[in-house]
Amino acid sequence: MAETRAPASGEAAVSGRARTLCDAALAGDRRSLARLLTAVENRTPLAEAALRRLYPIAGRAQIVGVTGPPGAGKSTLVAALIAELRRAGRPVAVVAVDPSSPITGGAVLGDRVRMQAYSADDGVFIRSMAARGHSGGLASATAAAAAVFDAAGFDVVLIETVGTGQSEVEVAATADTTVVVEAPEMGDEIQAIKAGLLEVADIVVVNKGDRPGAHRTAGQLQAMLSHATSAEASQGLSAPKDPEVLVTTAATGEGVAGLLAAIDRHRSSARDSLGSQARLKRAEAQVWAVLVDRLHERVRSIEAAQDESVGGKGTAPGGRADDVARDGSAGGAAAGELLRAVASHELDPFAAADALLALLTGGADGAGEPVRTSD
Amino acid sequence: MSAAARAVVRRRYDAGMTARPIKVLIAKPGLDGHDRGAKVLARGLRDEGFEVVYTGLRQTPEMVATAALQEDVDVVGLSILSGAHMTLVPRICALLREKGMDDVLVAAGGIIPDVDVPALKESGVAAVFGPGTTIHEVAEFLRANARPRD
Repeated sequence: MAETRAPASGEAAVSGRARTLCDAALAGDRRSLARLLTAVENRTPLAEAALRRLYPIAGRAQIVGVTGPPGAGKSTLVAALIAELRRAGRPVAVVAVDPSSPITGGAVLGDRVRMQAYSADDGVFIRSMAARGHSGGLASATAAAAAVFDAAGFDVVLIETVGTGQSEVEVAATADTTVVVEAPEMGDEIQAIKAGLLEVADIVVVNKGDRPGAHRTAGQLQAMLSHATSAEASQGLSAPKDPEVLVTTAATGEGVAGLLAAIDRHRSSARDSLGSQARLKRAEAQVWAVLVDRLHERVRSIEAAQDESVGGKGTAPGGRADDVARDGSAGGAAAGELLRAVASHELDPFAAADALLALLTGGADGAGEPVRTSD
Repeated sequence: MSAAARAVVRRRYDAGMTARPIKVLIAKPGLDGHDRGAKVLARGLRDEGFEVVYTGLRQTPEMVATAALQEDVDVVGLSILSGAHMTLVPRICALLREKGMDDVLVAAGGIIPDVDVPALKESGVAAVFGPGTTIHEVAEFLRANARPRD
């Protein structure tokens, strides 16, 4: 990560380039917008400078998450929503996430195939994104990409997740409105009352409405979800969602106008206190993500300092972890030694993490005494 | 890009140091419906560590250029088996230049007679891969010639 340690003049150049790109993107230049998204996806220094400029401008778009199991029709439904939005003259951006190979890091991003009809329309911008090892159905840069689209003036940003199973609920923390897409006959009532994906839905869509059983599935979902809602609400548990259940046939467009109307209804209702709660949660998630990144970066820089000072060999093991942890000048060596101590079961991971945290914060506080699991 | 810069980029990839995989658009411009080759290549490049955006069949040059721009790809791969390459490929190259994407590497594949290759290269194509090319050869070429990024 040598390029993130830019000298002062480099930082000025980066922020200058960020300003130029942002100004052009906000003025409607699609090439600059695409470049910004690439920077955001690659988390370059330019991305941070750009996001800092754009964040105050963003906050007007409706961010809609579309999630559900593979093959339920998410991409086709997103394409149908684009058509509906464009009919109303509303500019729409799409972030479509597909999985990365855990083996090679490569990916096939195929969501665009269903959305290619709008290439001549400047009011539509579709960006595919590989998850790059991020779990939860999104890429780590998805929220930031949505913020860029938001600032660039798109009225609606549709986030299409990786095909999800039962518990990839991260999209709900990123989107204003979460649409969970199911296909008919995907399970019985028991599937509907399990914890997870359906719980975070603001709107549940049973797609492929032309298939037998679609309306029966929708009825079952409606019954189980609304029952769960009222039962929990009467017990005063934390506010459960009360999702609308709709049937669509994305391939023909049937029911899609109704879905958009439901999304818009949710948008206006989300301006109340429940919506502000959701926004607070999202802010928390964003700040935490940056915090974790910053922490990673500092740990890596300590390790890099160690590599430079001792040629990557490190010091001989055996030094007391608590001593080295408090010795700021030997920070790099200490970090390496902590890891080696954990690897050899001399030190438990909790103590090592505490010692590392003490190292990062200059040993001020928050660090427990490292405890050796063995002598 | 200088050969030295390319070598640096390649070394970074070999060392697994590059944060971002090379992003490739695989497109099927024109009217032929034969996309087995394009899909095999998409999958093969995935296995070589590339991020591959696939457009689907029957794309106009405008659709290909727009997809390349929105996705900000490093490479555009055009698969054509219909014989329309002399019309479609130069048009796509011109559109990419028009949109300010002149740093994108364009490669073509499919059924393209040798006699057409010089003219295609003249129009902006970096390489033409015919039948019998291995996926690894394509991957190596792309790694060596794709633009470096910020």
